[in-house]
Amino acid sequence: MLILECPYCGVKAEETELAAGGEAHLKRFGPGSDEDQFHDYLFMRENPKGVHFERWRHANGCGKWFHAARCTTTLEVFGTYSAQTYEPPQEIKDKVTAKRPGWSWREFSDGAK
Amino acid sequence: MSNPVTATNGAQFTGIATVEDAGLQGMITLRGDLSSQVLKAAVKAASGAELPAQGKISVGEDGAAAWMSPDELLILVPYAEAVAKTAALAEALKGEHALAANVSDARSYFRISGAGAREVLAKISPVDLSPQAFTPGDFRRSRTAQVAAAFWLEDGGEEDSFRLVCFRSVGGYMFQLLAGAAHPQSAVGVY
Repeated sequence: MLILECPYCGVKAEETELAAGGEAHLKRFGPGSDEDQFHDYLFMRENPKGVHFERWRHANGCGKWFHAARCTTTLEVFGTYSAQTYEPPQEIKDKVTAKRPGWSWREFSDGAK
Repeated sequence: MSNPVTATNGAQFTGIATVEDAGLQGMITLRGDLSSQVLKAAVKAASGAELPAQGKISVGEDGAAAWMSPDELLILVPYAEAVAKTAALAEALKGEHALAANVSDARSYFRISGAGAREVLAKISPVDLSPQAFTPGDFRRSRTAQVAAAFWLEDGGEEDSFRLVCFRSVGGYMFQLLAGAAHPQSAVGVY
C-alpha cells in the first residue's frame, strides 16, 4: 500500500484516496515540433525498475495535483513536492541520492560523474 | 415554494453508534486567497467563525468555517440564511479573486455519535481515527467506501460526535453505508 503525503494539505493519504496521473515532468511537443518529437512526447514513457517520478492527484481530498518521487521495486517514497515545477527540487534529489546513489531518470540524475 | 427536504428525510439508525440525518444545513463553498484580509473579514461576518487552520474547522456563534483545500473553505450557516449569506459574501469579496456558491441543496449532512462513532468511520475511510490522532476540531476530506466525503469531530460533549458531509446524490448510499458500519453486532473494539 502506497502512502503519500500531500504537500498541499499535509495529509498522509493512502493510495485509494489518490488518483495516479502518470509520469512527471513531461515536456510537451506540440505544433511546430517534428514527428519524432511528437511521437516520443505522446507514447514514450519511462518504465524504470527503481527511482521513478510521478504525478498524483489528491482526488478524495483537497483535489490538488502534486509530484512524488518513489521507488518502483520497494514502494519506498522519497518525497512529495509541488506540481508547480519543471524538475524535482534539489531537496528531493538529495533525498533520492542518499538512498539510491548513482540514480538517474530521464535527464535527471544524482549529479555525480 | 416547495418544502425543502433532505435526501434521507430524517432517517435514523442506532447500533454501535447512532447515525442520523442531520437535517437541512446551509453550506457555502468559498474559493479564494485564504491569506487575504478581506476574505478573512468576510468569513467572520458570514459565519462568525475565524479563518480555520489547515485541516481544521473553526466554529462561530451561528456558523462554522472548515478548511477544504489551500484555496477553499466550506462555510456552514443556518439553512434559511444561506442565500442571503452567499450574496453578502459575494458583495464583501467584490474585487477579490474569489467565488462564493450556495451548495446547501447539493449536500447531505449526517451526524454519527456514540461510543462506536470512531469505529464506524474508521471502517469506511482510510483515516487514522484514534483519539490521539483525530481530535475535536479536526476536519478531514477523504473517501468513505466508494464516495468522497468530509467529516469532523465536534467539540465538547460526553461522547464522540462526528458530522459528515457528502454529495446529496449519494446521500441514500451514505446512510446505508453508515448504518451497515454501525450494525449492533459489528463492534471491533479498536478504539
